[in-house]
Amino acid sequence: MEHFFLHTMVGSIILIVLKVLAVLVPLLIGVAYLTWIERKVLAAIMLRKGPNVVGPFGLLQPFADAVKMIFKETIIPAKANRVLFFIAPILGFSLSMLAWAVIPANDGWAVANLNIGILYLLAISSVSIYATLLAGWGSNSKYALLGAMRAAAQMISYELAMGLVIASVLLLVGSANLNDIVLAQRHVWFFLPMFPMFIIFFISCLAETNRPPFDFAVGESELVAGFFAEYSSMAFGLFFLAEYGNMILMSAIISILFLGGWLPPLDYVPFTWIPGPFWLIIKILICLFCFIWVRSAFPRYRYDQLMRLGWKVFLPFTLAWVVLTAGFMMATGIGIYGGAA
Amino acid sequence: MGFIDRTARSFLLSELLTGLGITLRYFFKPKATINYPYEKSPLSPRFRGEHALRRYANGEERCIACKLCEATCPAEAITIESESRNDGSRRTTRYDIDMTKCIYCGLCQEACPVDAIVQGPNYEFATETREELMYNKQKLLSNGDQWESALALRLEQDAPYR
Amino acid sequence: MMPIILFYIFAVILLLSAVMVVISRNSVHAALFLVLAFCNASGLFLIAGAEFLAILLIAIYAGAVMILFLFIVMTMQTNLVQLKEGMQHYLPVGFCIAIVLVVELIIVAINWHIDPNVAEAARQPLLQNMSNTKALGSLIYTNYIFLFQMAGLVLLVAMIGAIVLTLRKRPTNRRQVVARQHMREPNQTLEMRSVELNKGVDDLGGYLRPKETYYGIAQEDSFGPKPGDKMDITEKRQEREQSK
Repeated sequence: MEHFFLHTMVGSIILIVLKVLAVLVPLLIGVAYLTWIERKVLAAIMLRKGPNVVGPFGLLQPFADAVKMIFKETIIPAKANRVLFFIAPILGFSLSMLAWAVIPANDGWAVANLNIGILYLLAISSVSIYATLLAGWGSNSKYALLGAMRAAAQMISYELAMGLVIASVLLLVGSANLNDIVLAQRHVWFFLPMFPMFIIFFISCLAETNRPPFDFAVGESELVAGFFAEYSSMAFGLFFLAEYGNMILMSAIISILFLGGWLPPLDYVPFTWIPGPFWLIIKILICLFCFIWVRSAFPRYRYDQLMRLGWKVFLPFTLAWVVLTAGFMMATGIGIYGGAA
Repeated sequence: MGFIDRTARSFLLSELLTGLGITLRYFFKPKATINYPYEKSPLSPRFRGEHALRRYANGEERCIACKLCEATCPAEAITIESESRNDGSRRTTRYDIDMTKCIYCGLCQEACPVDAIVQGPNYEFATETREELMYNKQKLLSNGDQWESALALRLEQDAPYR
Repeated sequence: MMPIILFYIFAVILLLSAVMVVISRNSVHAALFLVLAFCNASGLFLIAGAEFLAILLIAIYAGAVMILFLFIVMTMQTNLVQLKEGMQHYLPVGFCIAIVLVVELIIVAINWHIDPNVAEAARQPLLQNMSNTKALGSLIYTNYIFLFQMAGLVLLVAMIGAIVLTLRKRPTNRRQVVARQHMREPNQTLEMRSVELNKGVDDLGGYLRPKETYYGIAQEDSFGPKPGDKMDITEKRQEREQSK
């Protein structure tokens, strides 16, 4: 059996497919329930009850929504670019799923344990702008185009700050492997020594996933629905899934970079009983709660203020922090040649 | 001093944290939602819901086809035709309300000298087709029969204030 | 076997999409084909074992440069007829440049010689326990540090040039300086006046307006009329009354 899976061509392909399913199936269920969690949390903050009719506590609501969405009619605008119009949601959804290949759920538990895992994530998140851009241009609608333009400019701006935050983490770890990054936090999670970076990274994640208060791409009040204004049915559903998938992904990245991934908060008995993946899930859930919490608390930013925040505040600050970290490490010798590289 | 204070506040994101704190407090508060349709909020006796045509206790319809309601209706939703009956009394042969036009202002029931047309407590009369919202006399009378006890009670409760 | 098949798949798509970049009539399609070409090129890098370069190619070229390109192309109204108007006029110049480029390429190609050790070197593994990233980093930051810094400098100059070219001061600009807004206090800028009954603000010298101190705080040109300017409501009112 072991020989079949590890040493034959067919066996190894089956193994890879199984691994992928083991990541994607829980992920998709997670995405479905994230929509439920978001509605429930927002409702609770607004003193409402949220979905509570379909199933116990409304737990079957995501499936009811999915069925509704699938059975709706797909409408293609007459002057849309049909190819791009359909490529865009597929691209968006598959990219948001693709990134999960490198996320480790436990020591070595990743579909692909890449040496440059974090760069891979950065590349995927920068390419996922294409989904937005193609949707906006392909729909041949002014609202969609404006939404896509905003989204693209916003995501590029905040990727710079994110890249620099990641660079400062990489300096401490000495490796771009996500597994190594988590293992390097065995003694202290990085959000303590790098607290400002943690906050900046969280805010950049909000901007990167187009979540409120940075949801300019969607901007209901001024752009109808932004880049997916012309989408309906499952094409819209794919964008929706991609957005929530990206939220979970960003939460996972925050957990891995700053909150010690699968590591328990203290390395003593009652904590170590709970296996690693559960710790990761708990951390992801906390981050997701913050995402939703922020949505409920703040109004949408103004576009020029968003740009100002990204370029004039975060970029210089993170750049200075990278230099500071490197200087500190050179001066004290802490962390140099550390990590697994 | 004010400068340092403000700078520190803006770097520590104190305003943002205050906002987050408030929303988190609300997260744990008891919810204000009424669990409609399993629970319903109380209605005032003056609530202006679905229309009904009432009858006297002996079964005679109250409406005397004076057409005051038709005249007063600001949305021109009411259409009435009348003839005199064999016993000499004026009665309507047609009493239609276009519920898609009606603005639920309540002027028809104010105008009615015999309390025939009233707006009842029912607000759950959504239909699947538009045609079903074109109420005719038969529908309005059956509404009246169905809700008579509630309607009489409402009129009685509201009477001291008129 | 597998790498060879993959190589040909990537290479063929790369070449085809490169051809499509040139012959596409729609400029957005051309740009998107270029993105496809980049993705396939990064696939080739992956086959060659240069995963760092592959990811970088996607993250920077596909993820940033081409997006900015698309940005411009998507918002532009490209009219092919209009574009081709000057075609004949510029054809000779373009032709000359093309010849120069071809000659240069030929000269380079003639002088190009492949190191006889290259085939051997490709088979050699990288330094022991050294990842791709680290090997590239040590190469760039030790042997080629000055060239690397110079490349950075060239990019910086280009960036500053672009900013200088596009930055202009418009008289209608109303710039927001957020720090200043945060720093000012209400009593510095606003004056509250109690208006008597039947009198109106005109008798008090105009509407509620920013205090004089505000003009010290405000950015130049970011606020309308200054106190000295002939915009005072009372004067206007007097003028109006006189004209009656």
